[in-house]
Amino acid sequence: MGVRYFGASVRRLEDPKLITGRGTYVDDIAIPGMLHVAFVRSPHAHARIVSIDAEAARGMPGVHAVLTAEDLGEAAAKPMILPVPAPIIKQAKTQYPLARSSVHFVGDTIAVVAAETRAQAEDAAAMVMVDFDPLPASVDLDRALQPGAPLAHEDSPDNLIATLKGGFGDAAGIFAKAPHVFRERLELHRGGCHSMECRGVVVRPDPMGGRFEMWSSTQVPYMVRRYLAEYLGLEENGVRVVAPDVGGGFGPKAVVYAEEYALALAALHLKQPLKWIEDRREHFVATTQQRDQIWEYEVAADADGRMLGFRGTGLHDNGAYIPYGIVLPATGMASFPGPYALDCVDVTIHSIFTNMVPNTPVRGAARPNTCFILERAADLVARNLNMDPAEVRRRSFVKTEQMPYTTGMKARDGSAVAYDSGDYGRCLDMAFEHYGADFRARQAAARAEGRYLGLGIGSYVEDTGLAPFEGATVRVQPDGKIHLQTGAAAQGQGHKTVFAQICADLLGVRIEDVTVEAADTAAFPLGIGTVASRVAVVGGSSVHMAASEVRTKAIKVGAQLLEAAEADMELEAGFVRVAGTDRKIALGDIALKLNGLFGTPMMKGIEPGLAATSYYEARELTFANGSNLCEVEVDIETGAVKILRYVVAHDCGRLINPMLVDGQIRGGVVHGIGNALFERMIYDESGQPLTTNYGEYLLPLATEMPRIEIVHMESPSPRNPLGVKGAGEGGTIPATAAVISAVEDALSPFGVRITKHPISPQDIVEMIDAGRPAEAAE
Amino acid sequence: MDGIEEKRRIRLVVNGRTVEREVSTRKHLGDFLREDLRLTGTHLACEHGVCGSCTVIADGVPVRSCLMLAVQAEGMVIRTVEGLAEPDGTLHPIQEAFHEKHGLQCGFCTPGMLTTLAAVIEENPSIDEAGIRDAISGNICRCTGYETIVDAALSAAATMRQGA
Ligand code: FES
Ligand code: FES
Repeated sequence: MGVRYFGASVRRLEDPKLITGRGTYVDDIAIPGMLHVAFVRSPHAHARIVSIDAEAARGMPGVHAVLTAEDLGEAAAKPMILPVPAPIIKQAKTQYPLARSSVHFVGDTIAVVAAETRAQAEDAAAMVMVDFDPLPASVDLDRALQPGAPLAHEDSPDNLIATLKGGFGDAAGIFAKAPHVFRERLELHRGGCHSMECRGVVVRPDPMGGRFEMWSSTQVPYMVRRYLAEYLGLEENGVRVVAPDVGGGFGPKAVVYAEEYALALAALHLKQPLKWIEDRREHFVATTQQRDQIWEYEVAADADGRMLGFRGTGLHDNGAYIPYGIVLPATGMASFPGPYALDCVDVTIHSIFTNMVPNTPVRGAARPNTCFILERAADLVARNLNMDPAEVRRRSFVKTEQMPYTTGMKARDGSAVAYDSGDYGRCLDMAFEHYGADFRARQAAARAEGRYLGLGIGSYVEDTGLAPFEGATVRVQPDGKIHLQTGAAAQGQGHKTVFAQICADLLGVRIEDVTVEAADTAAFPLGIGTVASRVAVVGGSSVHMAASEVRTKAIKVGAQLLEAAEADMELEAGFVRVAGTDRKIALGDIALKLNGLFGTPMMKGIEPGLAATSYYEARELTFANGSNLCEVEVDIETGAVKILRYVVAHDCGRLINPMLVDGQIRGGVVHGIGNALFERMIYDESGQPLTTNYGEYLLPLATEMPRIEIVHMESPSPRNPLGVKGAGEGGTIPATAAVISAVEDALSPFGVRITKHPISPQDIVEMIDAGRPAEAAE
Repeated sequence: MDGIEEKRRIRLVVNGRTVEREVSTRKHLGDFLREDLRLTGTHLACEHGVCGSCTVIADGVPVRSCLMLAVQAEGMVIRTVEGLAEPDGTLHPIQEAFHEKHGLQCGFCTPGMLTTLAAVIEENPSIDEAGIRDAISGNICRCTGYETIVDAALSAAATMRQGA
């Protein structure tokens, strides 16, 4: 088979329509008779609903209906389905599609207003009078588990969702004997996803009743189908969910939301098509985020700076409900001990209810958290032992000879976490080789001029290719074009291109001749979803399997038709050919023959159609890794941080399309830079969100972002047929750690130790001021 | 708050075509383009004037269509992303360059990036990287990290210089 596309930076099939304004995002869909929905939402973090008066709103121009939970009756009487149950969850609280007697965060859905225009719906939503009885709100993570703390849910005994414990080795013994033990407290804050497209839903009920179609800006159309069908008591077959073009996801669009439930309920109730498009303010208050963690930890090291053990306790703010169960803290837990071969880990994480927006994974899930903690620990060891931080990492890394390396931790399914391949030390060295060796000299020279440069490191391992499966159907059509259908949804990653590359190579066709249809439950029967850097690995492997099967069949049939040996067949330029001759038959002609003709029997032993469907089952995770270097300059007067250089050494196995992998890395790194320096979602002490627009919540901008210099190492994964590992989050995971490490290094003359992220210029100035006496003392 | 909408008739040129419509005085230009003219290439991502996704070119200048009322566009010449290519379908150099340099991922910020950059490089094909970064400092992209967008703009500007 001629490999022409795999490994090449092929231009994307997705682009032509998107650069000419011909994409179809959910807000671009218009259905005749469709009404526009606005939601009435809670303005309180925690309150009882005393009464709802929608009379005035119902009389407003253009308004067709105002629906509350009561109006929807039995159909909306249950809380939403918990997608990922776990025995250790003590309080499995999920949201209601529309709040019934109480609300638990600002933005909680209360009523649906359907009108002829969105403007009319919003006008009317403002006229729905809800009488609340406000309650104390749980907003202080540090205090949330203490006796007497305000409860996020009135009927709860406390705010504890679950306590997760994990680890291995004799932590007590190792910490007692270790030459060095260092401890500190860290405060981590991530933020929202801020996909540029907000969420949105269009529903069309079937005129015959009992069925509906939904277009949703989602990463998980099959999960939307499953949970809505179950909740509404419909056959799955009666629910079609399509993810059209989706303008970014980054995690929070992998949740099945109250708005999706409410739109389906309302459309079936009203027997009319409905559209709801989230506006940016709603996105700030109602799209899930990944909020705070507070950690107290200790790291043990030997006399040479090798890290021996880690133990600690984390408080995890999970917001008002658990739409993702304990996936976030569990992911953070399973990510210990990162790239380091530790003798022990002993970690406890308490997942806690607060009256803030529910938490679910944002790009990297809790992996960036665990990476930040471990990288802070490595820097802490280096600082206290006066060592080169790179050396502490090298001495502590899992060595390539140890692969496959069983970390001692358990994955979410209870299996042992085992790294498959990679050379972490080599990857770090590659980063330095690319970066150059003169930093300390430049840093010293700059300091002599009163300029503060810093260099930071972030090293990580990422589990990718999450179970259970994805599938694909590959079908050759009579015109020779290939139709590829898969359940795997995309939100900008370029999966269609990647799948077409794999398929075109195996079938010997041009990539332009492959059309990919994805993320439509009516087009492909089963799918899981686009989360956890799994689609290239799991979806790509399923495409490989299906296309391989089609290839085998084409060769078998071609050999019979051409009266030649199968071993002599090759696939090229859309033909099956006897190698070295001009005896050939077009793939399309084989397909036509296999598609059958009235009265003509099929070839013996050959099933109809030149097509195959395959599911790839991911049974073992595959682990990407890398090291990032970040160079910054800090203005000690203003606290401004300028990123001067950013180097990524990255190993995600074989690269299917280097251009697209680099794109994932760059976008991911910039997200991590945002988490280090800009993005902070602030709530006040009553649980009111204070940062609800892009003037108040800062995202990285073009003027502040560096070029990201990328070097690749390719350690093929032995765990899938393509040798690939996921690449969607590896940019984000170490970036925050690297930036914070760099800022701290720049401020080392002031003895600054940074124990949180993000940090603002004001934080930096305060840290410098606090550190100035230390400078004098030195 | 009585919901009675005042309407006014406007006439403007959009992508080379003169259009005349009755429009609600409170409707912004972005909604007018998307809903009344079905030009859905223009995207709305914040509707408070910060993200730049909704940018269109009005009388040669990039403007945020979410910050301008449709009635304010009376008499103007508007270009949207749908109007960047030649009528025969030949892509604008900035569109070609976005495809070539992987200047887009999800494509949601893309129309605003393309219109902003088309106007900027048409005006000044000698623009440098700092100038380009400055020009798109009011356009947020969550996917790309901006680098490939900047590369695309530099490449398109070079094409424009050769063409000129
Ligand atoms: S939608 Fe107009 S600037 Fe964001
Ligand atoms: S390409 Fe997705 S926001 Fe820019």
